[in-house]
Amino acid sequence: MPEPVPSDNVIPLRAARPEPAPEPDVAPAGDWERKVAGGLAFLRRRLTGDYEVDDFGFDPDLTDHVLLPPLRPLYEKWFRVETRGLENVPDEGGALIVANHSGTVPVDALMTSLALLDHHPANRHLRLLGADLVFSLPVVAPLARKSGNTLACNADAERLLSSDELVGVFPEGFKGIGKPFSERYKLQRFGRGGFVSAALRTGKPIIPCSIIGAEEIYPMIGNAKTLARLAGVPYLPITPFFPLLGALGAIPLPSKWIIEFGEPIETAELGGAAAAEDPMLVFNLTDQVRETIQSTLYTLLMQRRSVFF
Amino acid sequence: MPPRVVLVTGVSRYLGSRLAAVLQADPSIERVIGVDTVAPKLDVQKVLGRTEFVRADIRNPLIAKVIAQAEVDTVVHLNVIATPLGAGGRTAMKEINGIGTMQLLAACQKAPSMQKLVVKSTTAIYGSSPRDPALFTEDVEPRSLPKSGYAKDAVEVEGFVRGFGRRRPDVTLTLLRFTNFTGPTIDSALARYFSLPVVPTVLGFDPRIQLCHEDDGIEVLRRSTVEDHPGIYNVGGAGVLLLSQAIRRIGRPSFPIPSPAVSLVAQAFRRAGLVDFSPEQMRYLQHGRVADVSRLARRFGWSPRPTLEAFDDFARDRIGLLSPSMIAVAEERVLEGMARRRTTSGAVGA
Repeated sequence: MPEPVPSDNVIPLRAARPEPAPEPDVAPAGDWERKVAGGLAFLRRRLTGDYEVDDFGFDPDLTDHVLLPPLRPLYEKWFRVETRGLENVPDEGGALIVANHSGTVPVDALMTSLALLDHHPANRHLRLLGADLVFSLPVVAPLARKSGNTLACNADAERLLSSDELVGVFPEGFKGIGKPFSERYKLQRFGRGGFVSAALRTGKPIIPCSIIGAEEIYPMIGNAKTLARLAGVPYLPITPFFPLLGALGAIPLPSKWIIEFGEPIETAELGGAAAAEDPMLVFNLTDQVRETIQSTLYTLLMQRRSVFF
Repeated sequence: MPPRVVLVTGVSRYLGSRLAAVLQADPSIERVIGVDTVAPKLDVQKVLGRTEFVRADIRNPLIAKVIAQAEVDTVVHLNVIATPLGAGGRTAMKEINGIGTMQLLAACQKAPSMQKLVVKSTTAIYGSSPRDPALFTEDVEPRSLPKSGYAKDAVEVEGFVRGFGRRRPDVTLTLLRFTNFTGPTIDSALARYFSLPVVPTVLGFDPRIQLCHEDDGIEVLRRSTVEDHPGIYNVGGAGVLLLSQAIRRIGRPSFPIPSPAVSLVAQAFRRAGLVDFSPEQMRYLQHGRVADVSRLARRFGWSPRPTLEAFDDFARDRIGLLSPSMIAVAEERVLEGMARRRTTSGAVGA
């Protein structure tokens, strides 16, 4: 057979990989034909608008078949993401995942989504809350909605949580993602604790999530502030390779990633909507989440052998 | 309490005539009076049955006389016009909407017989922006108030209605914020838009849209008239369609236009009298708008059909060049071809 025999250290990453060659006289429909039929059915669904989106514009059909697959090699091969504490994320019911934000471009958001979809036993879709800038940009805005994200505001967070969705939020926002390389792994201010009050009001658990590796993908050594202001964006990164090497400089560095989901902080017993109106409680809880993520970050950094391995 | 004498404004127009036709068929209602500036068309007159038509301009204080003499107890205000194409220009439209509502409400306020007021408004008052929550509830404060067109008129009308509510707390007040209407017979800006052979969209945007079926619109108005449902309600089908999805379902090609050129194209369409798209609606084509319709379902104990069904009912007779059935046939052909090849190659292999 001309087919090269895979060597021992190649481990199939996903069960649903297409089989390499169709056997000529195999019974009714061969595997590749089923694939083609599946592809055609998908194409027909897309062309005729025969799919459903939820109230937020989330299109699972498109997300699972088109938007996420190209990210898998990045997740598996490039960043070699390791997940820990997935058992802390419930199989069903709403929960709020709060994570640190970094990396100049929100790749960490995509990788966290993929971690939960591919590696969580219940294959859960993460519904991220994004800044309003995301939803005003052409191309980006519809993609963000179709992949299940929505505007970071309490109304949307509470609506998603109470409809038992897994919601992800990066309370540092642009302050976190656009911080200089010298401040890596130092958590920025956690907004005004809006995410905590959303969790309190809906009585859903908060799951702290710590991500390491994302800080090194685009080490931001400078910020073209004037240009950024002109372009109407919060920052314009200068990395050792960008814009120096042009498009080549836009390739992220292959750092080794670890995403750890911490123990859930239950909010159901804290008093619901009344508790959300108590600023002291909200601040304390916000601090508790922030401290948990920060200390986990330090622990993970200690365990990491090097940035790239 | 069921109404005795109902006055419907805008009775020569689509919603007004259909509502009057339904109300006059209800024997518990003594009189149905329809008011408009122009007489209803002949085919409309037939369905109006025992509706009494009064040719009057709601912008004129004479309307007070009509209300007082007939001892009207329920007023359904539908003469809030959505598009200037049907009203004789934007100035006339603004006057009918603003001054008309003021005069009508002034007349209602003076009438001791008044018991119920039902007003048609629109979810367009929430505006469309990237900074708003995904779903608007009735009591949400929109980030940006609409600055022009129908939406601005509707904000004004709602202001007058609130004022009326303060001055006449004894009157049951129902304010219905409709999403875009759709259906086989209604003529709306959105219907014209989807009927274009090639549908222009804004490049890089794909808004969520929500629709209300015309029959459900009439039903909600009827229920608000004969039952008591005080309050503000978003009226529309549950669920959303993406604009691209809707265009595909109606089998038409879309033509994305970069946003800087959008207003030019919109102007050209307006001049040609094809579709009238105000700047508000252009923003709608970028950011969309979806309202939370759960309050309606809860308090009326009934809900309009979902957006998807409402749209399909509209699209059924308007399928364009790229019809979904044609695409399904093409898919079948390919699969059949593959099956044929399989049998022949299988025969060769064996």
